[in-house]
Amino acid sequence: MACKDNTPLLHGYSDGELDLVRSLEIEEHLKTCASCAQELREQQTLRKNIRSASLYHRAPEALRARIIASASNAPARAGEQSRAAASGLRIVKRRPVLEWLAVAAAILIALALGIRIIPGALNVRQDNLVAEELVASHIRSLQPGHLMDVVSTDQHTVKPWFDGKLDFAPPVRDLAEQGYPLIGGRLDYVGGRDVAALVYQVRKHYINVFVWPDDGKRGGDRPDSVSKQGYNVACLSSGGMRLCGVTDANAEDLRQFMLLLVR
Amino acid sequence: MSGGPSFELGVLPHLDAAYNLARWLVRNPHDAEDVVQEACLRAVRFFGGYQEGNARAWLLQIVRNTAYTFLEKKRFGELTEEFDETIHATDTDRPDAEAALLQSVETRMLQEALEGLPVRFRETLILRELEGLSYKEIAEVMSVPIGTVMSSLARGRAQLREALLAARDKEVQRGLQR
Repeated sequence: MACKDNTPLLHGYSDGELDLVRSLEIEEHLKTCASCAQELREQQTLRKNIRSASLYHRAPEALRARIIASASNAPARAGEQSRAAASGLRIVKRRPVLEWLAVAAAILIALALGIRIIPGALNVRQDNLVAEELVASHIRSLQPGHLMDVVSTDQHTVKPWFDGKLDFAPPVRDLAEQGYPLIGGRLDYVGGRDVAALVYQVRKHYINVFVWPDDGKRGGDRPDSVSKQGYNVACLSSGGMRLCGVTDANAEDLRQFMLLLVR
Repeated sequence: MSGGPSFELGVLPHLDAAYNLARWLVRNPHDAEDVVQEACLRAVRFFGGYQEGNARAWLLQIVRNTAYTFLEKKRFGELTEEFDETIHATDTDRPDAEAALLQSVETRMLQEALEGLPVRFRETLILRELEGLSYKEIAEVMSVPIGTVMSSLARGRAQLREALLAARDKEVQRGLQR
């Protein structure tokens, strides 16, 4: 493998974006190529510096308020369409007949496949529903004043706070040293039951970790990940508990975090 | 709120992301606010809200387009900046001392070095490192193939590293002259 061609791939590798075969190839190559290994280390140092420096610009509160105010004054949908039409924009009409055909076809295919994989399909569907609820809960939690009931970076404060509020004791660990400080917790309600929500931070992003007792029906100790509405969700089971992390940080960060959490 | 579900789900949760991107693209807080405000209005009014899929990537794409239009109007000229491979060629056989220097870079230097990058490399780096977007999401925001995202990141990071080392050298020289 010629090193010069490797440079972009090395970035793909350190970003966790290569497929398994390519990753393995790069790992093989790194074992024997000192200059690529050095390049990778420097990349990682640079990235660590970028992430740890305070370079993120949060939206000013005044801007947020102005935007909320201007959206309240925005005209209704009907107005939009005529205005768009007047300004020469072509509005693509939905095609109800085709859509229904597509739905019918999807149902037929699902039925055909479902016969063979019903248990799997059920789990996926349930997981999907839970994932949607988790994302909704995550978004709600980020609205002002909703994130935390107990604000503390101390796991020995957060853990006892849940005593008497839940019929289980969620595992609470601080991962500040690994770059994921615990910042608090709250009670939440997901999938028809009370759950513990632990709030962690990674760089400028929040991770909500929802915890409830595992029903044992699904889930291994490796994270199952999905992405919904731009949020990443990763769930795994450990020590009789189901843990689901939700964040707008990237999927790889979340995966690493989930593995650290149950280590 | 009467902005509708597209506003609550598509815009509000991603306002920090929108502002951060705009702030790094136009490089000043006042213009960034204008860009974000206009982008949000466009998002809600013109597009009638996103239908499904990745709301953050959808909003960031609108912010990006708004910012580019703004930059063109202002004639910042940064869209025409050319990348010169010969000047910015990366030397991979760098002694360890320089790696150690990289470790101690300060925020201000990083800030200046990032702001000095050509806008396309800058935005790829911001979306990846500060916003944590996947290659696929960045490709969506920038309307380019995923391979382009990877090569832009490689070149952007290489340029950033060169700029940091140059800034560090300058600092050292200034120290010597004193």
